[in-house]
Amino acid sequence: MSYVPNTARDQRLMLEAIGAPDLDSLFEDIPADVRDPTLDLPPALSEMDVVAHLQDLASRNQDLTRQISFLGAGWYDHYVPAFVDQMLLRSEYYTAYTPYQPEVSQGTLQTIYEFQSFICDLTGLDVANASMYDGGSALAEATALALNATRRTQVLVADTVDPNHRRIAATYLEPLDVSLEVVRNWNLAGDGALGEDMAPFAAAIDDDTACVVLQRPNFFGWLEDVEAVVKAAHAAGALVIVVADPVTLGVLQPPGEIGADIAVGELRHLAGPPSFGGPGAGYFATTRQHVRRIPGRIVGRTTDGQGRPGYVLTLQTREQHIRRERASSNICTNEALIALAATIHLAGLGRNGLRHLAELSIRHAHAAIEAQWPKGYAVATDRPLVREFPVHCPAPALEINARLRQQEIIGGFDLGGEWPELSDYLLCAFTEKTGPAAIAALHEALPAAAR
Amino acid sequence: MYPDELSYTREHEWIRVDGEECTIGITAYAQDELGDVVYVELPAVGAAVTRNDPFGAVESVKAVSDLFAPLTGEVTALNDELDAAPELVNKDPYGAGWMVKIRLNDTDELAALMDAAAYEGLVNELRS
Amino acid sequence: MTTQPPIYELSSPGRVGVDLPALPEDGRELADLLPATELRDDLPLPEVSQIDVVRHYVRLSQKNFSIDTDMYPLGSCTMKYNPKVNELTGRLPGLAAVHPLQADEQVQGCLELLSGLEEMIGEIAGFPAVSLQPAAGAQGEFVGMMLIRAQQLRREDVRMKVLIPASAHGTNPATASMCGYESVSIPNGPDGEVDIEAVRAAMGPDVAAVMMTVPNTLGLFESRIQEVCDLAHAAGALVYCDGANMNAMLGRVRPGNLGIDVMHLNLHKTFSTPHGGGGPGAGALCASAELDPYLPVPRVVEGPDGGFARSSDFPHSIGRIQGHMGNFGNLVRAYTYIRSLGAEGLREIADIAVLNANYLRVKLQDVYDLPHDRICMHEVVFSGRRQKAHGVRTLDIAKRLIDFGFHPPTVYFPLIVEEALMIEPTETESRETLDRFIAAMRTIAAEVETDPQRSLDAPLSTPVGRLDEATAARKPDLRYVPPA
Repeated sequence: MSYVPNTARDQRLMLEAIGAPDLDSLFEDIPADVRDPTLDLPPALSEMDVVAHLQDLASRNQDLTRQISFLGAGWYDHYVPAFVDQMLLRSEYYTAYTPYQPEVSQGTLQTIYEFQSFICDLTGLDVANASMYDGGSALAEATALALNATRRTQVLVADTVDPNHRRIAATYLEPLDVSLEVVRNWNLAGDGALGEDMAPFAAAIDDDTACVVLQRPNFFGWLEDVEAVVKAAHAAGALVIVVADPVTLGVLQPPGEIGADIAVGELRHLAGPPSFGGPGAGYFATTRQHVRRIPGRIVGRTTDGQGRPGYVLTLQTREQHIRRERASSNICTNEALIALAATIHLAGLGRNGLRHLAELSIRHAHAAIEAQWPKGYAVATDRPLVREFPVHCPAPALEINARLRQQEIIGGFDLGGEWPELSDYLLCAFTEKTGPAAIAALHEALPAAAR
Repeated sequence: MYPDELSYTREHEWIRVDGEECTIGITAYAQDELGDVVYVELPAVGAAVTRNDPFGAVESVKAVSDLFAPLTGEVTALNDELDAAPELVNKDPYGAGWMVKIRLNDTDELAALMDAAAYEGLVNELRS
Repeated sequence: MTTQPPIYELSSPGRVGVDLPALPEDGRELADLLPATELRDDLPLPEVSQIDVVRHYVRLSQKNFSIDTDMYPLGSCTMKYNPKVNELTGRLPGLAAVHPLQADEQVQGCLELLSGLEEMIGEIAGFPAVSLQPAAGAQGEFVGMMLIRAQQLRREDVRMKVLIPASAHGTNPATASMCGYESVSIPNGPDGEVDIEAVRAAMGPDVAAVMMTVPNTLGLFESRIQEVCDLAHAAGALVYCDGANMNAMLGRVRPGNLGIDVMHLNLHKTFSTPHGGGGPGAGALCASAELDPYLPVPRVVEGPDGGFARSSDFPHSIGRIQGHMGNFGNLVRAYTYIRSLGAEGLREIADIAVLNANYLRVKLQDVYDLPHDRICMHEVVFSGRRQKAHGVRTLDIAKRLIDFGFHPPTVYFPLIVEEALMIEPTETESRETLDRFIAAMRTIAAEVETDPQRSLDAPLSTPVGRLDEATAARKPDLRYVPPA
């Protein structure tokens, strides 16, 4: 069904009003040799049949509701309470567009203002935008801001930043006359333990450095000692960008307090199920100093003619529709609905709930760290871990994962896919869903998975 | 509207010449066309500016206009008050709404500026 | 409607809105697990019960206008009905509760859907190569221009300029800059189409691409688009098409057949995925076979065992632009839509979208200036200059429409039309709804002559009146700060 209300009779009456003989006559500007192609598409399905077809496709996935999963690697499987999705189903939110007309968009605008406030609270920074496509593009835009603000040409990224974030930033920066260097800030000891090595930053930071990018917790799950790097970067006039998981910010030091000039990260796991990786939403926060360089939409609070408070899109001269070829970004989207879901969830969690949620993940992870691991398996670092950690395995992680899948367990992220020397390492993530029972099931399955 | 003691450019800037130091702002016509000025972006003190090159920008709610240097020289002072009160550009374009002071490199460049009558002629042309 | 205070002002110590599993009680504090120096002192989020959270966001939603409220004729945005079945399929746990890093063998349903959608979109738009990676139209544009750049660089053919019609979306020049190009603006001719002689004059060995919008932002089909493509190709340049306006062309013309090399589509416009209050969108990117090697990774490929797999093994790819496989949730909805409509349904969309726009054109052109008096495509652009003579600007007309229950059209765009009013009814609106809209527009036009103050004071029916945007930008208040 095409959902078109106008019947043949309506069409005839309208064509008469237009003075056109038929619908074809409305398309005569299209060159005749290419007009009216035959489209070879599958036949239309009724609503009942299209649902059955999508259910059939869905049944060909092994979704997380039927398995125990320790997959994270930047994309976490949190339980999102029912009221969040119920609110998202309100037509007034999901069938509205960008709040260009503030008088009829106060709902969306106020939720964005609250979102910005939450992100400032979480990150300890002064200003946040209305969100970006995802954590990776937020990082790319953050590096672009740093390059612009410092008029320098070099971006230094820790190797322990989410590899996909690094790749996205590299794609965005490629056409510009700048360099993006990955700094190897970890090492592998003879006993198989992963260690930290922040020293290479000291050598890499110089007068060309626009920014250094760090992640907390890092991709391997631990909290790096970043104090010296932050100091060195600031002393050299470079900005510090921190990628941070918003859930663990419920308990961890906010990036602003450890010297970040910009904080970015992925919000998807506060908004809903993993959705095969998209849509996500990236948050972007910075200091007051950079407010007029922030990419994307920003909402501000003001008043109307009668003094009533209200909200508007503001500082719009930064954006592409006004600055055109001189805009530093072409973004004209915020991931409004995902950011809204995160906002509603955060509002429900509040001061105590977000701490609680973060603490559940952390306590589950630490229960696993302290547990006796089956023979041949070991937690592979002594760094301060938060909710995710590498496990050294007695066989390639790829093979172990394949065997675990037979028992409806997703073991974790195979680090060998990113670092060939870590092909025997699984990165296991913990949430409120992976409590003692899940850990016991994993430990029970691991011995057999090694052979 | 266009004080006689000032000089003007086709880019709608005014210049008050005081020996080698010039004060620069935008004209009453320019601020009226822009509407409510919300932000003025200026170079740093000590920056070198080149005649006809952009050296800053004036922003209204939904537009941004470049500021073109009317003369070549070095920036010696900025109007810091515009940071907190950009509306001064609208309220008092020739007074409290001034933007930068420049020390001239070459006084010969002054000859290229318009006087008030010539500038008013330009504005009348644009308005019609 | 009363003012709804910021959620922070609903806070009361000790309240919480969620029901989380209990924390394990082992007598240890968090500081026993993590270094105390790494822990934050306070988290200043509000403390609100679930009912208060729900009421707060329900009340805020009631301050929004939406497609499901009434006609939303925002030009260039294609505010069509968002079928409810799409929300059902997009939420099926078998599709939504899938982690992007699961093994290929566990996600065959997702990959089949992606592959099927690529194929259908390629067929609709007439291109052999499709990427579903872009998160939005603007990211699709960025990818498209990056493909052109990658191909030319590989041939060591360095070109610095991109030709862009004056009527283009603001994203086009911004995208060109992001890719390191200099934009050259090409005027539109008196008929509203791009000035072909200006294209010819600007074309040369330093031109990398022409960025066209078809139909253009005046709502007109660029009838000489094939000539533009020929000129570009003869000079070694490629043609990018902004496909935001694909709704007008479904089943009537495949842009790939016009000679266009690369084009993005906005799935949230043409293929009914919800706009979500400003996102997430999704932008399919369509390209010629020559540009296929440069598409972003990862891509869906045939698997070793006959199924589907993901691969990043494309050495000439521009790289990754998204964490995973694009905005999958939106792609499920677009897939559902295309499967619901089929070829005939899609063509009906274009037919009725164009019929509706032309109906508005003829019914309003005696009261609003029509700069280009000819058949339009999916949208019609009027000028409010006649009303401006009475002291009523296009913005005022837009605000007055709100009092009649309609969302305003796009205003002041395209820039080349003075006081532009850009109206896109889409196929969603019935004849009766269009007649109501026409009546409202005519009432306003009459009122402007007799009682212009009504438009200047509008809107009067909304929770707030016109807001002070100048103060908002001068003294930005961008986050909640508790009263001292």
